[in-house]
Amino acid sequence: MRRSLSVLLFFTIGLLAFPADTQAAAGRGAVSSEVMESLKSSRVADRDTAISLLGQDRSPLAGQLLEGLRRGRLFIDRDRDRLYLENDGYVLLWPPDGEDNHGEPVNLKKVGTNNRQRQTLEGLLSLSALNDPLAENRRKASAALIGSSIALPEEIINLLAAEDDRTVRDNLVRILALSSLKDSSASAAEKLAALDELSRLYTPAAQNDLTGLAASGDPVLSPAARKVLAFMEARAQHLALAETFFFGASLGSVLVLAAIGLAITFGVMGVINMAHGEMVMLGAYTVWFMQTLIPEYPGLALILSLPTAFLVSGAVGGIIELSVIKPLYQRPLETLLATFGISLILQQAVRKLISPMNVAVVTPTFMSGQWAVTPNFSLTQGRVIIILFCLAVFLAVYLVLQKTRLGLEVRAVTQNRSMARALGIQAPRADTLTFALGSGVAGLAGVAVSQLTNVGPNLGQDYIVDSFMVVVFGGVGNLWGTLSGGLIIGLCNKFLEPVNGAMLARITIMAGIIIFIQRRPKGLFPPRGRVAAV
Amino acid sequence: MKAVDRSDKIFTAVMAAAALVVTVCCLGFSEPLISPSAVSLLGKYLSYAILALSIDLVWGYMGILSLGHGAFFALGGYAFGMYLMRQIGSRGVYGNAALPDFMVFIGWDRLPWYWLGSDNFFIALAAVILAPGLLALVFGWTAFRARVSGVYFSIMSQALTYALMLAFFLNSLGFGGNNGFTDFKSILGFDIRAGSTAVALFLVTALVLYSAVLLTRRLVGSRLGLVMVALRDNEERVRFAGYKVERVKVAVYTFSAVLAGLGGALYVPQAGIINPSLFAPVFSIEMVACVALGGRGTLYGAILGAFLVSYVKSRLSSDFPDLWPFFLGALFVLVTVFGSGGALNLLNPGKLCRKLFFRRTHGPESN
Amino acid sequence: MSYSCGRKTAVFLLTILMALGGSLLKAQDDTIKVGILHSLSGTMAISETTLKDAILLLIDEQNKKGGLLGRKLEAVVVDPASDWPMFAEKARDLLTRDKVAVVFGCWTSVSRKSVLPVFEELNGLLFYPVQYEGQESSKNVIYTGAAPNQQAIPAVDYLLGEGNKRFVLVGTDYVFPRTANKIVEAYLLKNGIVQEDIVTYYTPFSHSDWQSIVADIKRFGGTGQKTAVISTINGDANVPFYKELAAQNISSSDIPVMAFSVGEEELSGVDTKPLTGHLAAWNYFQSVENGANAEFIKKWREFIKNEKRVTNDPMEASYIGFNLWAKAVEKAKTADVDAVLKALVGLSVPNLSGGTATLLPNHHLTKPVLIGEIEDNGQFQIVWSTEKEVPGDAWSDFLPESADLISDWTDPVNCGNYNEKTKTCLGAGKSGEPTESPAAPADEKN
Repeated sequence: MRRSLSVLLFFTIGLLAFPADTQAAAGRGAVSSEVMESLKSSRVADRDTAISLLGQDRSPLAGQLLEGLRRGRLFIDRDRDRLYLENDGYVLLWPPDGEDNHGEPVNLKKVGTNNRQRQTLEGLLSLSALNDPLAENRRKASAALIGSSIALPEEIINLLAAEDDRTVRDNLVRILALSSLKDSSASAAEKLAALDELSRLYTPAAQNDLTGLAASGDPVLSPAARKVLAFMEARAQHLALAETFFFGASLGSVLVLAAIGLAITFGVMGVINMAHGEMVMLGAYTVWFMQTLIPEYPGLALILSLPTAFLVSGAVGGIIELSVIKPLYQRPLETLLATFGISLILQQAVRKLISPMNVAVVTPTFMSGQWAVTPNFSLTQGRVIIILFCLAVFLAVYLVLQKTRLGLEVRAVTQNRSMARALGIQAPRADTLTFALGSGVAGLAGVAVSQLTNVGPNLGQDYIVDSFMVVVFGGVGNLWGTLSGGLIIGLCNKFLEPVNGAMLARITIMAGIIIFIQRRPKGLFPPRGRVAAV
Repeated sequence: MKAVDRSDKIFTAVMAAAALVVTVCCLGFSEPLISPSAVSLLGKYLSYAILALSIDLVWGYMGILSLGHGAFFALGGYAFGMYLMRQIGSRGVYGNAALPDFMVFIGWDRLPWYWLGSDNFFIALAAVILAPGLLALVFGWTAFRARVSGVYFSIMSQALTYALMLAFFLNSLGFGGNNGFTDFKSILGFDIRAGSTAVALFLVTALVLYSAVLLTRRLVGSRLGLVMVALRDNEERVRFAGYKVERVKVAVYTFSAVLAGLGGALYVPQAGIINPSLFAPVFSIEMVACVALGGRGTLYGAILGAFLVSYVKSRLSSDFPDLWPFFLGALFVLVTVFGSGGALNLLNPGKLCRKLFFRRTHGPESN
Repeated sequence: MSYSCGRKTAVFLLTILMALGGSLLKAQDDTIKVGILHSLSGTMAISETTLKDAILLLIDEQNKKGGLLGRKLEAVVVDPASDWPMFAEKARDLLTRDKVAVVFGCWTSVSRKSVLPVFEELNGLLFYPVQYEGQESSKNVIYTGAAPNQQAIPAVDYLLGEGNKRFVLVGTDYVFPRTANKIVEAYLLKNGIVQEDIVTYYTPFSHSDWQSIVADIKRFGGTGQKTAVISTINGDANVPFYKELAAQNISSSDIPVMAFSVGEEELSGVDTKPLTGHLAAWNYFQSVENGANAEFIKKWREFIKNEKRVTNDPMEASYIGFNLWAKAVEKAKTADVDAVLKALVGLSVPNLSGGTATLLPNHHLTKPVLIGEIEDNGQFQIVWSTEKEVPGDAWSDFLPESADLISDWTDPVNCGNYNEKTKTCLGAGKSGEPTESPAAPADEKN
C-alpha cells in the first residue's frame, strides 16, 4: 500500500515538474538534425538513433525528451520540425525560438517507441534517478538497472561510496557483480569477488552468466560459479514453494467465495440451483455498472459494489425463490430444471441488454501491484485482499447463521421443518430470506471475481461445476466443509500444476474428488439439513 | 396391464408409420419430399431420445439423478467415431491410409494401442457397448457400494463427465482434441452422404429406440421394476427387506449407460461430427431437462421431451436467432412450475386436474 | 399415466415431421440470399456476434448501391449457438432451405471442420474470416483470415529482431495453438534458438487461474536473457492472463507478450492500462491510417449506433471477403457458386490498410502483416509491418507432413492438397470423388 502510494506520488511530482522545466528549456540543450530525423520517421525502429544520441547527451532537454518518449507523451509536428510535450495541452519543447509562432499546434503525431526502446529509456532514466534524494526512488531505480548494461561500473562505484540505504547498496553491488561477470576484460580475481558477492545476494538475473561461467572449465571460477548457482537454485526452490502455497490459498479462496452462496442455497436448503453461476455473474456486472456510473473513482466504485451486488443478486435470488422455487419444495430435484431455465434466460438477457461481449472492469490501484514480504518474495496485492475478503465473507455468513434470529430460524427450518413451523417460525419467509442470502453472497463473489477474470455472459458457467464440487467435497450443509474443501482443492491444484501441467492437474483433481467421495460418501464433514434425508 | 399394452401398440404404430413415411418420402420420389439431411436430423433426435430414455430409466424409476449421462452417450459416440475415422482411409487430407488426419497433424507415426481393431465394425460395436458399460459398472459399483446417493451421486456424475471432457480436450489423448472426429466418408462401405444411407441409419436408430422402449417397458413392468420403484421411494426399507440394493442399482445403471452409448454411436454418423462438447455438463443437464419436461418416470415422456427440446432449438434458432434461449428457458420454467410432472400432463387436462387437487401418483420422494 | 401417452406422442411426432417437411419446401423470392452463420448465443457469441453485424452492415451498404445484378441482397441470419453439430445442421438449412448464394460464417476451427463436408457435398460457398492453423484447403471455402505464414512467422521475425533470446509459448490446448506453436518452434530452432530456451504451456479452455504459469514465466525470463512470450491463448482466457501478468508486476518492457488472438474487440472488455506495450500480430488494426479505413469505421459506428465500437481483423477479413464475392458476382454476372468460384481466383479488392487483397489459387489471400503494441486506450500502435502483402500459404513449409503439399484450385491441378513431389492429389482434396463410393453425387468437373 505504502509503496504504491509513493509510486503514485513520484508519478505526480514528475508530471508537475515538467511545465516549470520547459520554461527554461531553451538553451539547455539542442536537438541535432540527426535526432530530429530519427524522431520524425514513421518507422518505430528508426527511433534507436535518437535514443542512443540523447542517452549520451546528458543535457536537461535530452532528459525531458527521453522522459517524454518513455511515457509516450512526446509529439511531433513533422512539417515544421517541432517537438511538443503533452501534459494537459501541448508544451513546445523544440525549437527554443518557436515561441513567437503561437497558435494551436496542428497535425501532431505521437512519437512512438517500442518495448525494447522503452526498456532502454527506463534504464537511462533510472541512471539519473540514482541521484534522487528520495531513498524510495533510488531503490526503484537501482532495482530496474539490475541486469541491464546501461550503467558504467565507474559510475556505480562512485554512487556506492555515497549511498547509505541498504537496499540500494545491495542492488548496486548486484549491478557491479553482474557487469564484471559479463565483462570479458575483467580479471579472474575481480570475477571471483563478484561471485563472492553473488553468493550472498540472491540475484536470479545472474543465472545466465553463471551458467556460462560454470561451463567455462576455468579451474577456479567454474566451481565457484557452480556453488553460487546451487545457492540460487536452493533459494529459488524455497521461494517457489512459498509462492505455490500462496497461489493455492488464493485459488482456493476464489473457489470458496464462489461456493459459499451455493453452500447456503444447495447445502442448507437442498435446492439444486443451476442459476447460481448467474448470481455470481450479476455481482460482477454490478461492478461494471458502478464503474460506469463513477468512472473517475474505480476503487470507490468497487467498494460501493459490495453492498450493491449483495442487494442486486439477493433481490434477484429472492424473486426467483418466490416465483419459481417455492412451488417446487416438494420436488427438490425439479428445481434443477427450473433454475437451469432461469440461467439460460439470465445469460441471454445480459447478451441482449448489455452486450454479448465482455465488459471492461477496471482494477483499482489498491488491487494491483505487489506486496513485498521480503526483497525477493512478493505477493500479489489483489490476491491477498481477495483471500482476506473470502475469510470475511465466510465469517459474516457463519455469524449470520449461528448468531442471528434469521440464522436460528433457517437452521430450525432445515433441521425439522414441521417442528419449526409448529413453534411459530414462518418457514416460507425463512426460505425466501435464506435463498436471497445465498444469492447475495454469490453476488459478493462476483465482485471479487470481476477483479481476476472476464466479466461477460459466460462468467457464471465457468464457476458452477467447481462450486458444486467444492460444496459436495466439503460436505453438503456444512460451511466449514466448504471452506476447507475449497482451500484443499485450491492447494492440491497448485501443487499438481507444476508437476503435470494445468490440463492434467484439473483432471487429476476431479478424479481425486470422485474417488474421495466413493470413500467418504458424505464429504469431508457429514451433512446436516434437509438434504441429509434425501 | 392392458393399458400398458395399448400405449405400446400406439407407439409401435407411430414408429412403424414414421419409418414408412420417411423411407417412402425420402427414397420413393425422384425429388425427395423429405431430404436426406432432414432424415439425418430426425435420426439425430431419435438418438437423443435414446439417451433421454436411458436417463429416465435410472432417474424416473430408481431415483438416481445422473447429471453425467452425456458421458456414456459420448463414449459410445467416440467408440463408433473411431471406426468411422478408420473408414476414411486414404481419403483424408494427407492421404495417409493408416492414420486419421489429426494424428498425422500432431505428428504421430503409428496408431496407439487403443485404436487397434477400430477398423473392424464388430470390434467397434463391441467397444460401443463395452466403453460406456465398463465405465458405468466401475463408477456405479464403487459409488453405490459406498452408498453415495442423492445429490452426492448427481454431482459426482457431473464431475465424471466434466473430467472426461477435460481429458478428451487433450490433444495428446489421441482422440482429436477439440476438433474431435469429422469428415466421415463411409460406413460399412456405403457412402455416408447418400440418401439411402441416411434412411438406413434412421431406420436402425428407430429400431434401436423401439427395442429399447420395449425392453425398458418390460423391465419396469417386471419384478425387478417393482424393486426399482421401491428403492426409489424408500431405499432403506428395500434393503431391510433383504434385497441386494447395490446389485439392482449397478445392473440397471450399467444397462442404462449401454443404452446411452448405443444412442451416441447412432448419433455420430448422423450428426457427422463428435467433439468433447458432448461431455460438457450442460449437455447432460439439458438432456435431464428434456426428461423432466416430458415427464419423468413415463419413458414415453422422455422421448417426447427430447424431441420437443431438440426441435425447439433447431427451429427457433433459425427463426429467432437472438431470442430463442428466452423461449427455451421459459419453457423449462413454466413446465416445471405449472406442468407438475412434465409436458405429457399438460396435454391431459384430466390428469393435470387430478395432479393439482389430489396427491401425486408417483414421482420423487423427498420427505 | 400411460393411457394416452402413445397417442399424444404420435400427434407430436407427426406434427414435427410435417413441420420439418414443410420447412424444406419453401419457395424462393427474387433476391440474392446471403447466409450468416455466426453464433449468437453460447460461448462463442462473444466474438461472433460482431461479425454478424459487420456482414449485415456490408449487405446494407451494397443494397444502398442498388444490390447486385439488379437484385437486392437479403440476409439470412441463423444461430448455431456455439454447438458444432448445429453448425453443420444450420449450414445445410441455409443451403437447402434458404438456398443462399453464399455463406459468411464460422470462427472456431471445429465449427469450420463441422460445416466443411456440408459445403463440399452441396457445393456451397463459405467465406471464413478468421486467422487459422492452415493445413486445409477446400474448393468451397475462401479463407480470408491469415494462414500461419501471414501471422506467426513475421511475428517471430520481429521478436528475434528485437533481440529476444528465450521464448515461452503459451496456448490453449486445441489445434490452432498446437499447429502455430509447432511452426513457431521449428522456425525458432532454424534461427539458432536452442531447445532449452523454449518452453511451452498448454491450458484448458477458459483457463482462469494463471498464477503458477505467470510465476514460471517470470522465473524463466528473469535469468538475465531477454525473453518474450508468444501467446495463442484463446478468447476468454486472455483477460485473466493479462491481469495476472500485471498483478505480478511483469511489464511489457520486461517480458513482452506477442498474441495471435487478441484484437481490439477483446481489449474492449479489459482495462488496458496494465497491458500497454504488449504485442499482437494481425493483418489489420483499427489504428491503420487510411481513408477507406476511416470511412469503414464511421459507417460501422453509425450502423451499430455506438460511437465507441471498435473494428478488428476478422471484421476486415469479412469486409474483404464480402467485397470479393460482390465483385465476383458482378464479373460472373450470376450468383451461381461455380461461376462465382471461377471468377473469384485472381480477383483483387482494396483492403482497409491501403493495399490490395488478391485471392490466390489456393483460396487464401495476400495480406500485409502488422505488429502492434497495445496502447492505454485499447488501440494498437503499429510498430512494424511487412513491406508488401504476404501470400497466404495453405500448407506450412515448416511442418514435415505438409512441406511438399500445395493447393491450387485452378486448372490443371485443381486440387486442395497436391503433393508436388509425387505429382498426385491426395485423399479427398480433389474436388471430385472419394475413391470407393459410387453413390456420391458426381461433380461436374470430373
